[in-house]
Amino acid sequence: MKSKEEKVKIITKEFVGEGEDAEEERQKKPSKVPRPKRKKQLPAAGCEEMVSENSPVDDQQEPVQEASDTRLLGVTSRRGPRSLPPIPSASRTGFAEFSMRERMREKLQAARSKAESALLQDIPTPRPRRLRSPTEKESETEFGTELAREVQRTQQEHDSQGYSRVKFHDSVRKIKSKPPVPPGFPSAEEAYNFFTFNFDPEPEESEEKPKAKNRHGANQEEKEGEEEEPPVQEGVSKTGEEEWLDGKEAEDLLLGLDHAAEDFVAVRPAEYESVHVRLQKEKELLFVPSRRTVPTYKKLPENVQPRYLEDEGLYIGARPEVPRINQNIMENRLLTQEPGRRWFGDDGRILALPNPIKPVPSRPPTWTREQDVKAELETQYKKAVKYIHRSQHLIGSGDSPGNFQLDIDISGLIFTHHPCFSREHVLAAKLAQLYDQYLARRQRNKAKFLTDKLHALRNAVQVGLNPAKTPKTLETTPKTINEYKSEIRQTRKLRDAEEEKDRTLLKTIIKVWKEMKSLREFQRFTNTPLKLVLRKEKVDQKADEEAYEAEIQAEINELLEEHTEEYEQKMEVYRVTQQQWKAWKKAQRAKKKKKKQEVEEHSANEEREQPGPGEEPEKPAPPEPVDRAVIEQQVREKAAQSRRRPGEPTLIPELSLAGSVTPNDQCPRVEVMRREDVKRRSLFLKVTFNNKEVSRTESRPLGADFRVHFGQIFNLQIFNWPESLTLQIYETAGHSGTTLLAEVFLPIPETTVVSGRAPIEEVEFSSNQHVTLDHEGVGSGVPFSFEADGSNQLILMTSGKVSNSVAWAIGENGIPLIPPLSQQNIGFRSALKRADAISSIGTSGLTDMKKLAKWAAESKLDPNDPSNGPLMQLISVATSGESYIPGFFRLEQLQQEFNFVSDEELNRSKRFRLLLLRSQEVPEFRHYKQIPLYDREIMERVFQDYEKRLRDRNVIETKDHIDTHRATVAKCLQQVRESVINRFLIAKHHFLLSDLIVEEEVPNISILGLSLFKLAEQKRPLRPRRKGRKKVTAQNLSDGDIKLLVNIIRAYDIPVRKPTASKFHQTSRSSRTFAEKHAASPTTHSPAHSADYPLGQVSVRPFVEVSFQRTICHTTTAEGPNPSWNEELELPFRAPNGDYSTTSLQSVKDDVFINIFDEVLYDVLEDDRERGSGIHTRIERHWLGCVKIPFSTIYFQARIDGTFKIDIPPVLLGYSKEQSVMMERGFDSVRSLSEGSYITLFITLEPQLVPGESVREKFDSQEDEKLLQATEKFRAECTLKFPTRQCLTTVVDISGKTVFVTRYLKPLNPPQELLNAYPNNPQATAELVARYVSLIPFLPDTVSFAGVCDLWSTSDQFLDLLAGDEEEHAVLLCNYFLSMGKKAWLVTGNAIPEGPTAYVLTQEQSHYLIWNPCSGHFYGQFDTFCPLKSVSCLIGPDNFSGFPLHMPYSEMKPLIEAVYSTGVHNIDAPNVEFALAVYVHPYPKNVLSVWIYVASLIRNR
Amino acid sequence: MAAAGPSVFLLMVNGQVESAQFPEYDDLYCKYCFVYGQDWAPTAGLEEGISQITSKSQDARRALVWNFPIDVTFKSTNPYGWPQIVLSVYGPDVFGNDVVRGYGAVHVPLSPGRHKKTIPMFVPESTSKLQKFTSWFMGRRPEYTDPKVVAQGEGREVTRVRSQGFVTLLFNVVTKDMRKLGYDTGPLDTHGISGPSPPQGLPR
Repeated sequence: MKSKEEKVKIITKEFVGEGEDAEEERQKKPSKVPRPKRKKQLPAAGCEEMVSENSPVDDQQEPVQEASDTRLLGVTSRRGPRSLPPIPSASRTGFAEFSMRERMREKLQAARSKAESALLQDIPTPRPRRLRSPTEKESETEFGTELAREVQRTQQEHDSQGYSRVKFHDSVRKIKSKPPVPPGFPSAEEAYNFFTFNFDPEPEESEEKPKAKNRHGANQEEKEGEEEEPPVQEGVSKTGEEEWLDGKEAEDLLLGLDHAAEDFVAVRPAEYESVHVRLQKEKELLFVPSRRTVPTYKKLPENVQPRYLEDEGLYIGARPEVPRINQNIMENRLLTQEPGRRWFGDDGRILALPNPIKPVPSRPPTWTREQDVKAELETQYKKAVKYIHRSQHLIGSGDSPGNFQLDIDISGLIFTHHPCFSREHVLAAKLAQLYDQYLARRQRNKAKFLTDKLHALRNAVQVGLNPAKTPKTLETTPKTINEYKSEIRQTRKLRDAEEEKDRTLLKTIIKVWKEMKSLREFQRFTNTPLKLVLRKEKVDQKADEEAYEAEIQAEINELLEEHTEEYEQKMEVYRVTQQQWKAWKKAQRAKKKKKKQEVEEHSANEEREQPGPGEEPEKPAPPEPVDRAVIEQQVREKAAQSRRRPGEPTLIPELSLAGSVTPNDQCPRVEVMRREDVKRRSLFLKVTFNNKEVSRTESRPLGADFRVHFGQIFNLQIFNWPESLTLQIYETAGHSGTTLLAEVFLPIPETTVVSGRAPIEEVEFSSNQHVTLDHEGVGSGVPFSFEADGSNQLILMTSGKVSNSVAWAIGENGIPLIPPLSQQNIGFRSALKRADAISSIGTSGLTDMKKLAKWAAESKLDPNDPSNGPLMQLISVATSGESYIPGFFRLEQLQQEFNFVSDEELNRSKRFRLLLLRSQEVPEFRHYKQIPLYDREIMERVFQDYEKRLRDRNVIETKDHIDTHRATVAKCLQQVRESVINRFLIAKHHFLLSDLIVEEEVPNISILGLSLFKLAEQKRPLRPRRKGRKKVTAQNLSDGDIKLLVNIIRAYDIPVRKPTASKFHQTSRSSRTFAEKHAASPTTHSPAHSADYPLGQVSVRPFVEVSFQRTICHTTTAEGPNPSWNEELELPFRAPNGDYSTTSLQSVKDDVFINIFDEVLYDVLEDDRERGSGIHTRIERHWLGCVKIPFSTIYFQARIDGTFKIDIPPVLLGYSKEQSVMMERGFDSVRSLSEGSYITLFITLEPQLVPGESVREKFDSQEDEKLLQATEKFRAECTLKFPTRQCLTTVVDISGKTVFVTRYLKPLNPPQELLNAYPNNPQATAELVARYVSLIPFLPDTVSFAGVCDLWSTSDQFLDLLAGDEEEHAVLLCNYFLSMGKKAWLVTGNAIPEGPTAYVLTQEQSHYLIWNPCSGHFYGQFDTFCPLKSVSCLIGPDNFSGFPLHMPYSEMKPLIEAVYSTGVHNIDAPNVEFALAVYVHPYPKNVLSVWIYVASLIRNR
Repeated sequence: MAAAGPSVFLLMVNGQVESAQFPEYDDLYCKYCFVYGQDWAPTAGLEEGISQITSKSQDARRALVWNFPIDVTFKSTNPYGWPQIVLSVYGPDVFGNDVVRGYGAVHVPLSPGRHKKTIPMFVPESTSKLQKFTSWFMGRRPEYTDPKVVAQGEGREVTRVRSQGFVTLLFNVVTKDMRKLGYDTGPLDTHGISGPSPPQGLPR
């Protein structure tokens, strides 16, 4: 309580702004404060008072006084709040500022709480109690009855106002006691004050008044209250609802004190939760755990000592690290919970698992790939696959739907050991095995064979030794005899070994049989029906003995011979060494003698010392002579050991199953159990093919003799070559599961092995299983012994033999159902790997027969040995028939297997052929799209062109050409082109980095400098220059992407109309006049013309029409002979076949025709009366001239900018040149050389295309290597000095070889006719020659040999071909000039529009002339309009136009094109007629000049 | 002709350029186009497209998601030249220049069904250190003259590239008449043996 009060006080003090320092004031203030407060509290107070009505009514005043006393005397702190300025005044009257009001309210609140606390405090103290009994009562009621009913907050408020209520209490009681007197007067009065008074602005006043009131005392207060009742009423009425409520309550409680209830002003504060209340409530709800360490005993159950597991030696992992404070907080928190202790372990700490964090840093899985966890969980969609025979995979398409068949015959199974074998069985098996061996040996009878051989050899030796019988083999005899003898020795040894083996085997058989017999006796029952009978074969004792003796003797003799031979050899050696030794000895002796003479006494010592050094060779011992007796003894001993004794009967064992097996009831239990066990067992085999089970045999019981008979034949229908064929042997014992005993791998039969011929083979198997049985069965893989003492342990594993046969089946028609050989090799690599490498490629077995034969000869294979039979046969075949052995080595022997289809198939199929041709980039098919799938969909005519071309390669077709020569030339050119294109195609597949990657150049200093300089440049220069544009590689372009931009700027010296020729000029209506211009020229060169011009008459109205690829654009019409258009025309460009590759762009042969027309207007009105209302004119265009520029030039130049001479036909009807205008300009002297009209053009492509690179291939040369190097060096130097200049030293001739350019230039006589034409005028002759040369058709290299560098043909070739480009023309012209005695040079350089080109320069008397070889024009060295180009046509006069077209003849097509370009047919005038005349002028060497006259005739009125 | 069976087969590819992983770059967009052989022709849909610009996701994956749909149908007579999709990814560098961030190509899956492919992307390298610097500085990195270069093998030996980033593509492939025309692109059968005929001596 105390602390709370303190807190409240502090808060109050904070709120109380002003009253803290002035104690006085505070003491006075309260008297005033309660009043307003009281007023506000009235209803509440009233209620309370009413409630506490039963409280003593006496000393009404007293308490008040007391209260005031106490207040005055007592605790200042309590009074503090009451010194507040009256709050209600603010809230009620509303004349104070809002902030003020708020502050008041806060203060009031504080005051209330204060008061309440004060009251509460008062309760225990008796004295104050007495003083404030009413208060006490009140508080009692409050805490007692009211508490239950009223909201606590209200109660608290009331509480807090306890003190003020004390006062009210009195007044209320007064009201009650004296009804006439309205209760609560003082408060009413105060309320009045409250309402009427403005306390805040005048605090002094407000203070004054309360002081006064205080002085008046309580009585006064009462009066005041009475007096001021009405205002209170008013106040009450203002606060309607509250009052009513309170009043009602009051009614309930106060026994009809309506009056009072009405009187009380019910004022209630806004609901507010004070801070401390909130805190308290929070305290109830919230809990702040302490941070202090919790003592251990708190955490453990009572009377339990903490137990530390770690100390007891138990492992406790490291706990995760948690700060101590956090732990404390957690512990505290847990302890407050109900079952808090269960969180703690025995040691009083919070239970914790060991730290899960690994101390070793590890990398989290990377997220770079998308394969996150979900990828593994993701459901994979897999289409259900219907099972189909995929035979087409395995068998070549189109083959018979052959199912191949493999017959597997499984006849049975015999165990050579089985866990259920009894000991007897083991022996029986052994016996049977041995007997089998014996039988096999007897069948082979090697010993007999070897014996025979020995006899034969001996005979041979005998024969050989007798020279009389074989005289011819005299010289070879010793050698052969020696060979025979050595062979005899070998054979004897072998025979002895074999005989010994036979004998041992027999012995072993008998021994085993004996063992078995003893075993049977021992165990007293018989398990196996096995019975061995030894049959004795009597032999003729005498003969046998003789043979035996003879054999021994022979052997002895041989051995003796051998030994003697050996002895001889040894003797020889001995003799030699003996001699040496003797010689040495002699020498020694001589030495000794010398020494003896010198020092005799020392001789003894000497002799001893001499041999000391050990140089003395041992004295050779003579070899022992051969002792016949010894040898004989040896031989006999051996014979006794290994051979049947003479006279002894031959023993032949015979094994039979005749024995009887002891029945079960006579056998001991263990044996019965064993037999039962055997009976329970059954076996079956699984046949697996390529590791897949394909079938299985029936399950057959294991017989008592451990044989299983199956006798089943499986016909495996297979589709693919078998890789493996396995039999799996399964054993079922009773009802327990099956066990895999063993796997038997069967060999895949040779293709020759077919059903019916296959022998039954026995394939052994063995298992490594360990079986121990609890009966007589010996088990498998476990040791057992036959001996009683357990010695001689044996370990036998389950093993056996499967008899089977595998063969290829034979089909109905007798053909073996064997997969074809090719199939074996194609998809089955693994099979090949396993099989013999050689046999896999088709030949089975060894290939090198020669080597085989050699080996057979060296190893001395016995040709008579039956086992060598097949081999010997092979060898004999191989060695005899030499042709059988391939004398070659096959390269890529597997190639055929990899062939997609056979060549015939490839040729037969149209589709394959088409694909092949396309991939070879044959021009006709290079861009063939969507080759059809089936042959039948490919039209035959697809190939027609191609085939025709192939056929025509050598046939000269004359149909398309006028004369055969042309055809030949065209063909030749075509062939050259083809070969060059092929070369180019190869080169095209060589890529450079720049072909693939666009990379910015590293800016060098100059570029940087330029760019810096550019900064200072004018932003908008007056004369802007054309800027370079980014080049585009022509790869990803399509139709319409490329546009040809033709900028027509101006023209000079356009021919003007002859006024005399046209009477229509009068009708032509043109507003502008040429007169000013014309008049401006003072002197007229041709006065006749000027005279003819009527003033205001336009001489010409030219416009330009550009046609390209049959698209036509034209400019507006300008006027006068020197028009200026400055117009840009845009023409679309279409590449052939939509192929925008560099190659195809280079081969575009289209030309851009720039035609100049004169626009002539005709008035077509026939009636002058209509002239006022309308104008009817017909526009005629008259062709004036043309400029032709090949597209290839534009493409390679990227832009063409310059002034060109317009080709004006020689005859232009109705027009004349108006030459006077420019005369005064000063260069007329120069111009006189090149008269004509000129047009200034700028042509480019949008976007700019990157021209194709020339082939980067180096062509080989036949020139001298040194010279080539020298020229290369020179060229490099030139390039260094003048990087922009094109220095030409070597060129490529027509056969693709590099030659020096100088080789082309040599004087060449021009045709005599030309020279004879103007015998006296060399200049005219020269012009004629030039004209002649220019008449040879022009064919740019770039067109014919797309993208390839220039090919230069010699003049001879040029004249033969009659086609060529600038170089050829220039070379020819130059050669002619040279022969004419002129000094002539070939000039290479850049010209417009040709680009890099060749001209001819001739030196005349005083000046140089530049000849354009292609046009025949020549220019002076100072000619400004030098670069020009030709091919011409012509336009006629106005009414009667006819165009003479003149061009060198090459083919029909360009002519047609040229005529078309003039647009003469584009006349829409009615009744137009056309006329055509062609004149061809022949020149020598088939050079033709063609004149075409086209006329359109319009009937003139 | 129609009665004789189909003469072309159809390949329908739809799917989307899902997302990319370019750990160093942001705000990328991608272009795709198809490269196919001469026997192929698109019959429906767009064979080229350019996506919106995408920014990195804020989560740990840092994925650049486009989800840019692809839907195109080809017809063909020959599986040779099977369509490949060529992707090129671009985005701003530090100076805000638009530079290429990766090229990549992958064949449209041969077998019908749903396939998710992640293609590693690469960009051509500058030819020298100096070039590299200047290209970085000027924001003009080396680029292929034609992105389709990455779908062909010819001439690649002259280039050097650096790999950066991955793009994940989702394909749904439907084919028509391929099997009829003898091309089997179905899911791989259990290789080796197709079943031999049921064994005759089999008891069960």
